Amino acid sequence: MEIFGIWIAALLTLCIYSFLYRDNPFYRFAEHLFVGISVGYGIVITIHQGFIPLAWNPLSEAVSALGTQIRGEATPETSEALSGLFKIFPIGIGLLFFARLSARHAWLIRYPIAILIGFNSGIAIPNVLRASIFEQTHGTLTPFAQMHAGSLPLGDIIGAVLIVIGLICTLIYFFFSVEHQGPVGWFSKIGIAFLMIGFGAAFGNTVMGRVALLIHRAGFLINDWLGSIF
Amino acid sequence: MLEKIMNMDRRIIFIFVAVVVIIPTLIPVRLPTRVSEPAQKLYDYIDGLSPGETIMLAFDYGPSSLAEPEPMAKVVLRHCFDKGVNVIGVTLYANMPTLAHGLMQKIAAENDAVYGEDYVFLGYRPGVLQVILGMGNNIAGVFETDYSGTAINEIPMMKNIKNYDQIALLLDLAAGSSTEAWIIYANTRYGLKIGAGVTGVIIAQMYPFLQTGQLVGLMPGYLGATEYEKLLDAPGDGTIGLNTASFVHVFLIGLVLLGNIAFFIHRRRGGVD
Repeated sequence: MEIFGIWIAALLTLCIYSFLYRDNPFYRFAEHLFVGISVGYGIVITIHQGFIPLAWNPLSEAVSALGTQIRGEATPETSEALSGLFKIFPIGIGLLFFARLSARHAWLIRYPIAILIGFNSGIAIPNVLRASIFEQTHGTLTPFAQMHAGSLPLGDIIGAVLIVIGLICTLIYFFFSVEHQGPVGWFSKIGIAFLMIGFGAAFGNTVMGRVALLIHRAGFLINDWLGSIF
Repeated sequence: MLEKIMNMDRRIIFIFVAVVVIIPTLIPVRLPTRVSEPAQKLYDYIDGLSPGETIMLAFDYGPSSLAEPEPMAKVVLRHCFDKGVNVIGVTLYANMPTLAHGLMQKIAAENDAVYGEDYVFLGYRPGVLQVILGMGNNIAGVFETDYSGTAINEIPMMKNIKNYDQIALLLDLAAGSSTEAWIIYANTRYGLKIGAGVTGVIIAQMYPFLQTGQLVGLMPGYLGATEYEKLLDAPGDGTIGLNTASFVHVFLIGLVLLGNIAFFIHRRRGGVD
């Protein structure tokens, strides 16, 4: 069975790599198969790992517990299970997303979207500000306090100064309320240099990541697939 | 000659790249490696944990990007099982539970780790934000059962684990923006220590978080996996991959230089830009 899987994976890999020569039906077959299987698998996993344990099970247990309570056979467990009834509210609000399917009731979708945006913004804004602005500013300035205390090695001092120069010059480059001439123009040009170095590093890392994918597939084809034949 | 280089069919380059990948794969060469500070810090942190302490391993990558994170997952799992550190596996990617579960089982079997006592795999729940924040309050509130359907309170390893307060480290193996989400919501809000092992594409975004201490350590791509394998003295997939990648990188640098030299000579001779 494992050999069967290896053969399918190997043939689909070759189908995908055939695109390097030119677009062809084998590539398109593998591409469509991948998209279909990914979406199908994602839906099944989301139902099994999301909908059933988080919505269906608590709600059905609560309904069952409610029946038990009504019959006068309440236990501590059934009383606890009753709290699952509160899931009706989020489930009901979530179901409003499907109102989009009816032109007459499509306006109802505004409510779950409004709740999502409100929740996400409320939770994101203070945490993002703290993690991405305050912590970063603190991290940029802390080395200067250490420098003042004389506890920072020369390499770190150079790094800290470069970060501050890069930060200020890059911000000046994106400050368009003043014409980029004279000193502002010079700082702006230094900012461009820092941006280019950043883009170069990001691009180099991206190439490294893509090469890793190729190496992984090549290793699979050579070791697992051809290795199973010869 | 210059014209030929400038107008070279891209498929010839593909063939050369394939050859440069295939030869080191067939004939492995061991290149020297130096351990960088971010990987050393991550290793030191995990190595400093006591037996019985728990880390959470987030498999936040997909089948199409597992080349780099998978060697990291293997080496970290080996390290944890070897030290007796418990591991909770989770994923924020819907396409990942089966692969992550299989990988944990495989490495656990190699290291005689027992499910439910040394490691557990909780699986996937939809909603990144809700999952991260929910586990900060109560892990069982988000994952009432593990991936196999066993109730969390019936798993021996999870008996004394309620939320992030009992987790020594969250190591995010990522191919996307999940590490930032863990930092923003789990580290900033709950003070959970975060480490990361990321694919090459997002390495550059991670360094600012290292500088501030929001990340305790980092494994950058194949290099990170290789460095961790070296620290553990257990060469594996990362080392093999990095050795091959080094040859491809040298070849690509050569191509970039060749292309630029040809371009500038061509332009100096009056060719069209």
